[in-house]
Amino acid sequence: MSNQVRIMSILVALAACSQPYQQGKMLYESACANCHMTDGSGLAGVIPPLASSDFLVTNRDLLPCIVRHGLEGPITVNGQRYDQPMLAVEGINDVELANILNYVQSQWGDPEIFYSPDELRRLLDHCTPGPVHLDQ
Amino acid sequence: MRQMNLIFFLGVIAVLSSCQPNPGCTKLPILGNRDIQGQDTIYPTIPDFAFMDQDSQVITNATFQDRNYVVDFFFISCPTICPKVKKQMLRVYQHFEQRPELAFLSHTIDVRHDTIPRLKAYADGLGVDGNRWHFVTGMEDSIYGIAGSYFSVAQKDPDSPGGFDHSGRLILVDRHRHVRSFCDGTDPESVDQFILDIECLLNE
Repeated sequence: MSNQVRIMSILVALAACSQPYQQGKMLYESACANCHMTDGSGLAGVIPPLASSDFLVTNRDLLPCIVRHGLEGPITVNGQRYDQPMLAVEGINDVELANILNYVQSQWGDPEIFYSPDELRRLLDHCTPGPVHLDQ
Repeated sequence: MRQMNLIFFLGVIAVLSSCQPNPGCTKLPILGNRDIQGQDTIYPTIPDFAFMDQDSQVITNATFQDRNYVVDFFFISCPTICPKVKKQMLRVYQHFEQRPELAFLSHTIDVRHDTIPRLKAYADGLGVDGNRWHFVTGMEDSIYGIAGSYFSVAQKDPDSPGGFDHSGRLILVDRHRHVRSFCDGTDPESVDQFILDIECLLNE
């Protein structure tokens, strides 16, 4: 096998593996995309976008609680106010939750942000009971 | 001379074809089962209705007597198809934003929670003109009852996510209360064709 063929094979394999959060993508599409849309664009001034959203970065540590327990009350995303409750995502375990958040951050937030299972558990331990309220 | 005649006729054909409002349009059929009584054909029509919109205006058939309108059924807290359908409805609205002869009518099927102030906040969130797009509530039975006339389903169902079962169709109604087209509001390609149908209707 020539070097050229070897290099090409490696490049093809790398391209196939370029999405490291396959489970997160699938879970996002089944649990989140109905409202936030497959492309993360949200719905006008009703449902906030995830794509290019400052909220993902500024509220990084709150996201696990929001997905697990839901959100109530007004929030501001990219300067726009939203006041539509978000339901808790039920029936997913901690690893699946981490995979969703890592997928969302890698797609639309800060790709450097990564939730390890240990960190996720620690953040979830700090959730207050019931849906998250942001005082705004 | 013969050549001149040919050029003249070609010119006439060119002018005639440019007069067509939309060359891809065929007249949209009136949908539903028709009834033939003697020489007359009776087409199904949308029955009388009276609802309240996000500005507390009473909305009846008369609201649309001079306008064609697009219909859907939804509820604000819907965890399934509604936001995607609403996104497509908004796309249709934005496409025809400069065409006041087309209006929009969204019925909530969760009349208990979707109060007028909530419908108002929802409409404001979408950033739409309240005289063009009416978000209505009313008697539960009236809303569920009229859905069938729009070839749609809207009903309570404790086993469905969010507690309601409903279809995600967008339905096009002309100013004579006839349904002329519909599409699957969850499928952007189906909505592309629907937009073409609306253009044809507006050019009739």
